[in-house]
Amino acid sequence: MSPIQKSVLQVRGLSVDIEVSKGTLRAVQDTSFSVLRGETLAIVGESGCGKTITALALMRLLPRRASLKAEELTLEGVNLAALTEREISDLRGHRICMIFQDPMTSLNPVYRIGDQLEEIFLRHGKGNRSEARARAEYLLDRVGITNTRTRLAQYPHELSGGLRQRMMIAMALMCEPSLIIADEPTTALDVTVQAQILALLTELQREFNMAMILITHDLGVVARVADRVAVMYAGRIVETGTSRQLFASPMHPYTRGLISCIPHPGRTKRGSQLGAIPGMVPALIGNLEGCQFRNRCYLSEDGCSKFNYELTVAEEGHCYRCSMSPEILVRGGVKA
Amino acid sequence: MTEPSKKSNISVMAPSPTEIMRRRVRGHTGFLLGSGFVLLVLLLAVFAPYLSPYDPFEQNLNTRLVNPVWGEGGTWAHILGTDSLGRDYWTRILYGARISLTVGFGAAIISGLIGSVIGIIGGYFGGRIDGVVMYLINVKLALPGILIALSLVSIFGGSLIALVCILGFLFWDRFAVVTRSVTLQIRNNDFVTAAEAVGASKLRIIFGEVLPNVANHIIVVASLEMAIAILVEAVLSFLGLGIQPPTPSWGLLVSEGRNFMFFKPFLITLPGLAIFFLVIAINLMGDGIRDVTSPEGRN
Amino acid sequence: MGGFIGQRLSVALLVAITVSVIGFALLRLSGDLAADIAGEDATPEEIAEVAQLYGLDLPLHVQYFNWVGKTVTGDLGESLFTNEPVLDLILERIEVTLLLAFYSLVVALIVAIPLGVLAAIRVNTWIDRLALGIAVFGQAIPNFWFGLILIYVFGVILRWLPISGSDSFAHYILPTIALGTSVMPALMRLTRTGMLEVLDSEYIRTAWAKGLRPRVVFFKHALRNAILPVVSLAAVSLGFLLGGSVIVETVFALNGIGLLAYQSILRSDFPVVQSILVFVSFAYIILTLASDLINARLDPRIRFD
Repeated sequence: MSPIQKSVLQVRGLSVDIEVSKGTLRAVQDTSFSVLRGETLAIVGESGCGKTITALALMRLLPRRASLKAEELTLEGVNLAALTEREISDLRGHRICMIFQDPMTSLNPVYRIGDQLEEIFLRHGKGNRSEARARAEYLLDRVGITNTRTRLAQYPHELSGGLRQRMMIAMALMCEPSLIIADEPTTALDVTVQAQILALLTELQREFNMAMILITHDLGVVARVADRVAVMYAGRIVETGTSRQLFASPMHPYTRGLISCIPHPGRTKRGSQLGAIPGMVPALIGNLEGCQFRNRCYLSEDGCSKFNYELTVAEEGHCYRCSMSPEILVRGGVKA
Repeated sequence: MTEPSKKSNISVMAPSPTEIMRRRVRGHTGFLLGSGFVLLVLLLAVFAPYLSPYDPFEQNLNTRLVNPVWGEGGTWAHILGTDSLGRDYWTRILYGARISLTVGFGAAIISGLIGSVIGIIGGYFGGRIDGVVMYLINVKLALPGILIALSLVSIFGGSLIALVCILGFLFWDRFAVVTRSVTLQIRNNDFVTAAEAVGASKLRIIFGEVLPNVANHIIVVASLEMAIAILVEAVLSFLGLGIQPPTPSWGLLVSEGRNFMFFKPFLITLPGLAIFFLVIAINLMGDGIRDVTSPEGRN
Repeated sequence: MGGFIGQRLSVALLVAITVSVIGFALLRLSGDLAADIAGEDATPEEIAEVAQLYGLDLPLHVQYFNWVGKTVTGDLGESLFTNEPVLDLILERIEVTLLLAFYSLVVALIVAIPLGVLAAIRVNTWIDRLALGIAVFGQAIPNFWFGLILIYVFGVILRWLPISGSDSFAHYILPTIALGTSVMPALMRLTRTGMLEVLDSEYIRTAWAKGLRPRVVFFKHALRNAILPVVSLAAVSLGFLLGGSVIVETVFALNGIGLLAYQSILRSDFPVVQSILVFVSFAYIILTLASDLINARLDPRIRFD
């Protein structure tokens, strides 16, 4: 099967601007990526780098003051950017679903679990009430929740964090979506539960053959789950590649910095310093010429202030945006 | 349509607090309009004797029920006409402002003191003391304000002092509720616990930490209660159980003009509008103060 | 849930008792009741007779308990003015006040809730400003004056509606408008504030993400959450309306307990005033209790505490 037929999501040149009192915030600039069926793309970056905004843009759930621009934004051939509000609402919860970070605040406290699950099914005309109930029960069971009948009648606050997140996953699967976007699905959970949820997500993805975008700041999650990775910094994607490529030969200084921040069992020597990237994400308002990472980059030089984010290909399927030559990038160690 | 909002975690350079306040005040038309009008009324009330050649009690049975200058038979001698006893209406309304403002300020100050003390004590000390405070507030809330005010006025008379005191003693509950809730929040702040641990006296903490933070809430509530006091005084006077004739209270003017309402409507519309605009102005001022000091309250 | 009810009940009881004491004490503040009743030129013997007749020579706390005892059995005393039983006087007139208060609350809610929701959905647009403007207007306008204006415009100039008495439903229209405007603004603002807060929450974002239609998001998901404090305020407002109806009843000559209270105060008819005060207070206490219970019913999180 050719890649284009298998492709679920194609994004090219996506930009999001937000009107704030001080001017226009360029939250996302000229990002491009794609996701295939059965593939997990991880979007990694610090908070504020624009990864969540990107996800919201795909769902057309941006705040009122935000505007979206894209050369291409297609979901299974449908141009998402050109749809009316009514048309996109037909797709949301149906072909494209999102799982949010904090399951406690993401669920309506006054309605029962069953009701919140069934209403998606009914909204998208998938069947009648009893079919909705049957599907809800099936999915709750599938995500590992026992006593499904009792749970369906309960309210969100009666469930633990892990159970709530499982329920959110079940909710996203009610209409068999083509694409699932999981925004930091494990950040709000206990460490022990995190692994279970991640495993569950991968399992379900395989079973339902969905495309998945996983948004995270945690490289450990990426290593465990992702097929492909896109590293975001200051609203731009600075490096993309398969998970293996990125961990084995990271090119962009930011990527290298991220990787050096996590200890690798077996590799990191006891007593050696963990890397840290000093500084903060810059404010994305006003004049944004040049590479936005240069103030924190150990390799930066004068030329970086004129950098126009051209794409460099490192190998098949692995590319990045940096003005330094590959030799310098590969050679550079990371100073703490 | 209100679509989901996303709080941006990208920080932008923040201006200083006073600069923020100044900007908000300048841009806040409501606040400026409101306080401007209140100031105007205040000046009119203070300088009343100079603003009218007449005495508000001066009757003239020859010029009774003269229309305002824009009405039939109106003259510039009596811009707003005269009432059923020939008293110049502009003068009566002008002096009525004194009553309203006095009652408003006075009642707000008294109820503010009572309510704030009760509320702060309850919020600060918590426990059983707070239980007592909540009980007091609940009792006060259960009592029907207007009816009790009417009863008290019938017992103690409708002099200005009596009214101010009665209204002051009857409308402190909102002060208590707000100050108590704010004090509770402050109380739970770490710096209060730290101050106590260091051994600072409770009194000093209350005055040093609690009071400055509660102050702007108190002012906002005070403006609201002032407006309410003015309205209640008008009601009481209208019902004959407030300011007694011939002293010109706006509520009393409406009551006096009621008999002539159908063919001399200005007798009730003018004092009513006076009450209406003063109350709006005070409310705008209060809203403005709240927005300027803590805009989270705006929405 | 039982503990919750029990606690609320005991607090309510305590408040009720206090209120009754205050109501009782209030009327005895005015000095020598016996002398007032006996009249201006009564002799000391006559005053003493009156005192004995009304039990005013007994110690205060005994008087109080006597009064409580009688009240609980339905004996509210007799009016000093007409000698009719106070209970009868009140029962005759209670219907008018209850209807007026109820209609006013319903009208206020019918205006306040949709307006508040609309203002929140279209926040900072002209609709929002209009709604807030209406709220400002309603809060500032003196009821009695508004009533008079309504009478003038609708009763006299236009002659559409009756302006006094309480014979038909139409008689309640103008008074309801006058009284309703006193509670509508607060209800509208609370709805608006609540909606704005809720619309900003994560579960509403989830609702949008599920592709639910706007009507469903705003009313099924958002309003259902935002309405909780409004229910409480509505119950409290009803209590306020029962006490505050005196103004409107006076202006529109409606024969309710508010008007009765006013007349009785003017005539120093203590038994009547006392009973009405206590009645209105108790109604308020019961209403707040009811609103707590409704709240618990509506918010599953409270129910299980």
